[in-house]
Amino acid sequence: MRTARDIALKLIGDPSAALGLLIIVALVAVAVLAPLIATHPEAVWDMNPRDRLLPPSETYLFGTDRMGADIFSRILFGARITLTIAIVAVGAALMIGVPIGLISGWCGNWLGEALLRVSDIFLAVPQIVLAIAISQTLGPSIENVILALSVTYWPWFTRLVHAEVRALRHETFIEAAIALGVPTWRIVLLHVLPSVLSPIIVRTSIGMGFTILTASALGFLGLGAPPPAPEWGRMISEAREFLPEAWWSALAPGLAIFLVVMGFNLLGDGLRDVLDPRIRRGNPGR
Amino acid sequence: MRIAALILVRVAWLAPTLAGLVAIVFVISRVIPSDPVALLAGETASRAQIELLRQKLGLDRPLPRQLLDYYGQLARGDLGTSLFTTRAVWDDLSARLPATMELTIAAMILAVALGIPLGVVAALYRNRPTDHALRVVSVAGLALASFWLALMLQLFFAMDLRWLPLQARITGFPPPPITGFYVIDAVLEGNFKRLGDVFAHLILPAVTLAIPALATVVRFTRAGVLETLQRPFVTYQRAMGIPAGLIVWKYVLRNSLVSTVTQIGLLFGILLAGAVVIETVFQWPGIGAYAFEAILHSDYAAVMGFTVYAGVVFGIVNLIVDILHAVLDPRGTAA
Amino acid sequence: MACATCLTHGSDVATPGDKLLEVDHLCVTFATEAGAAKVLDGVNLTIRAGEIMGLVGESGCGKTTLANTILGILAGNARAEAGRVWFAGEDLFALPQRRMARDVRGRRITFIPQDPFGSFNPLFSVGAQTRELMKWKSPRRAPGEHQGLAGFFARYPRARRRADAEAIVQMLRSVQMPDPAATAGKLPHEFSGGQRQRLMIALALLPQPQLVIADEPTTALDVTIQAQILKLLKQLAKSRGISVLFTTHDLGTAYEICDRITVMYAGQEVESAPVADFFGRPQHPYTVRLLESLPRPGRELREIGGEIPRLIDPPSGCRFHPRCARASEICRKERPPATSLGGGHEVRCYHPVETPP
Repeated sequence: MRTARDIALKLIGDPSAALGLLIIVALVAVAVLAPLIATHPEAVWDMNPRDRLLPPSETYLFGTDRMGADIFSRILFGARITLTIAIVAVGAALMIGVPIGLISGWCGNWLGEALLRVSDIFLAVPQIVLAIAISQTLGPSIENVILALSVTYWPWFTRLVHAEVRALRHETFIEAAIALGVPTWRIVLLHVLPSVLSPIIVRTSIGMGFTILTASALGFLGLGAPPPAPEWGRMISEAREFLPEAWWSALAPGLAIFLVVMGFNLLGDGLRDVLDPRIRRGNPGR
Repeated sequence: MRIAALILVRVAWLAPTLAGLVAIVFVISRVIPSDPVALLAGETASRAQIELLRQKLGLDRPLPRQLLDYYGQLARGDLGTSLFTTRAVWDDLSARLPATMELTIAAMILAVALGIPLGVVAALYRNRPTDHALRVVSVAGLALASFWLALMLQLFFAMDLRWLPLQARITGFPPPPITGFYVIDAVLEGNFKRLGDVFAHLILPAVTLAIPALATVVRFTRAGVLETLQRPFVTYQRAMGIPAGLIVWKYVLRNSLVSTVTQIGLLFGILLAGAVVIETVFQWPGIGAYAFEAILHSDYAAVMGFTVYAGVVFGIVNLIVDILHAVLDPRGTAA
Repeated sequence: MACATCLTHGSDVATPGDKLLEVDHLCVTFATEAGAAKVLDGVNLTIRAGEIMGLVGESGCGKTTLANTILGILAGNARAEAGRVWFAGEDLFALPQRRMARDVRGRRITFIPQDPFGSFNPLFSVGAQTRELMKWKSPRRAPGEHQGLAGFFARYPRARRRADAEAIVQMLRSVQMPDPAATAGKLPHEFSGGQRQRLMIALALLPQPQLVIADEPTTALDVTIQAQILKLLKQLAKSRGISVLFTTHDLGTAYEICDRITVMYAGQEVESAPVADFFGRPQHPYTVRLLESLPRPGRELREIGGEIPRLIDPPSGCRFHPRCARASEICRKERPPATSLGGGHEVRCYHPVETPP
């Protein structure tokens, strides 16, 4: 077993993983420090009709939107929404998906099969379709987006953990533990779970990126946080009607999404290489 | 025989899976204290109006009853009536399916035709500059928000350079459909001017839709080829002097494709998900744009109908993938 | 230059007894993460026309690397640093890669792999894979026939295709495949291990090569089938006058099939002798220990003490010296020269073991 220090060193040694890590650290810093970094924190929610749709300048780094709000500041505050959605939704999906995967993988009987079939139902349509259906019935809000995304993402963790546990079930060290009469819960928590941790971590990183993409798409479709929240997807949707003149109002939020998702994907790829040498940068992890 | 059994099992699973799907949306929409009827009726509706609408929609009845009613409706092939278009959801969706199919197939062709060769090249030049460049591009392709990419392409190629049309499937009014696939229709009528127009309209949305799928194909193909290159039969063929190009493009590729094909279902998921937003941006009259309209108008029946419809289409695609897999891998086991 | 004689017989047709293959002081290094591994360190090997040469040594001693070097298919991280491979008077290292692939590999030198399970592509029928080989490597192939890129799209000429098909059925009969006609349509997994190795032998002989390299061809098979395959290979090679380079780590196998045996240790050849001499009068301490490790009634098994050296940082001089009881100062300093004992028996040792004749 390698130590956390080894893994961290190897991650930083891989240029693309290090870049990913850097982007994510920057994202967290920006989200936390948004009020301090923002050039116009007051102009995030307020209307400022005099300055509407101004091109990028020294005052307004990324220009202003149709309300006259500073796009740079809105993106900084939007990072909070993005990060909250990604962390809570993927966190909830982990909490649901991993235990169910452990149970269904460990119990090869009807229970395991039934749990697997239930997770299959959620995978019967693309995530965004189900997320649209759910958030539409619930009404647009950040909480509902989080709910819709976690409810639709957990099956990916279940599938992953299930497959890993099934493969582990007949490993010698697990069978030895069973033969020794170690209680099942101890085997699962102390032997099985740590062994499947690596793929879970990799999937979590890639899932964060994917969730951010889906959340922004929901925002773009008008299902995310209601206005005037500076949600990146919604910002792009609002910028549409002012194209091509106010191109900057659509450009910056999209670049922000791209950068953040890229960060999580690069980190996920790097983690995969470091933690799980069996798979090499193949599976995009959807 | 094997393939027939496969189809049977798949089809048998489709019904309970869809039933589960519907139940999930039903349950979630009720467990959370929110009122779709109030949403439907609008902010200005009075209490009495809301109650009336609730009764009319059958939403005053207990949840299991509603669910059973909806199942009964589905079993008759009835997806309900759209509140907005006032037509049967099934008819709406069927009329719009060719548009989505045309777009999705075009994107799929782009993704596969470019992705497989690029993936092979990346594997052959493993850890060399070509491979690194392709890796960066493929990671980036998966990180782009498709709706944003669509806007940027529109901004650049349609609004600024004016090389390609901004949106829609065709210039002017749509011609009377033969198959509904405009490319095929134009060829059937021998109208090559219109064919050019249709292609011009197809390029931007298809490229946008294809990008994440393309990135996925490159990554899968690369991984598959790398794995196959390790297999002893490659060494054997090299030792026997079979031309290197032939080994890679015929034998190695065939083996890696077996695993790539199983990912086509996943690919199709990416494409279908992308279609919802991309059709909206490009005013493409397909089922994705329909779903968006339905959301916009709180058209509950249409959203539900779209979900079920997507589930059916998705199930059929996965079935085709399984059959394809069985055909490609005659041993009946994964390669 | 040790190979001055090779230059004199440059003809394609080698008469029995002529040197067919001569590996001369071959050095191959592998670039690894830990450093350069000297996998072959001055290896010499001679195979005469019509002769079955056994190449014996422990796993990792460089047998497969030697085979791959002769075939010109070394891995990307491997490099032949020094030495030459002469084949029928031609310097294979001087041959352009394209000609090597087209005229030598699979044509004049063919290959029987260790793993008959994995060496067939599982998704193509045996017939398709055989036809592919014959399309490119048939002895009836005209020299100018579709080469390079054009060959991909060129058709397999019909007349030759028919003649080749006949030859294939004949050959399947020769390797005693039960139903030659039905064989072609089947997929590799439908055959047993023994049958697959028979097919591999057939594929190796179909191009009518001068040399077959068989890389541990029976290791993956059941012991009962091993003997059949060996007998078949020996009989077919002898009747056609084809030379065989037969690598194995099993001395018993080598005894059954080979005319001569060369022993390798950690990337160096240490002794080469006709099979009778080899078993009757071994000279090199390593050979002696190897033979002593064979089970024999009335004698206890003796293992060889110590470990195979790491090739990143190999012992100087004779690579066997750290494990050799007879080693002296000079063994550590310099690799012993080849000493001829007559009758084609050569040994590289300063302190050979005198065994009673």
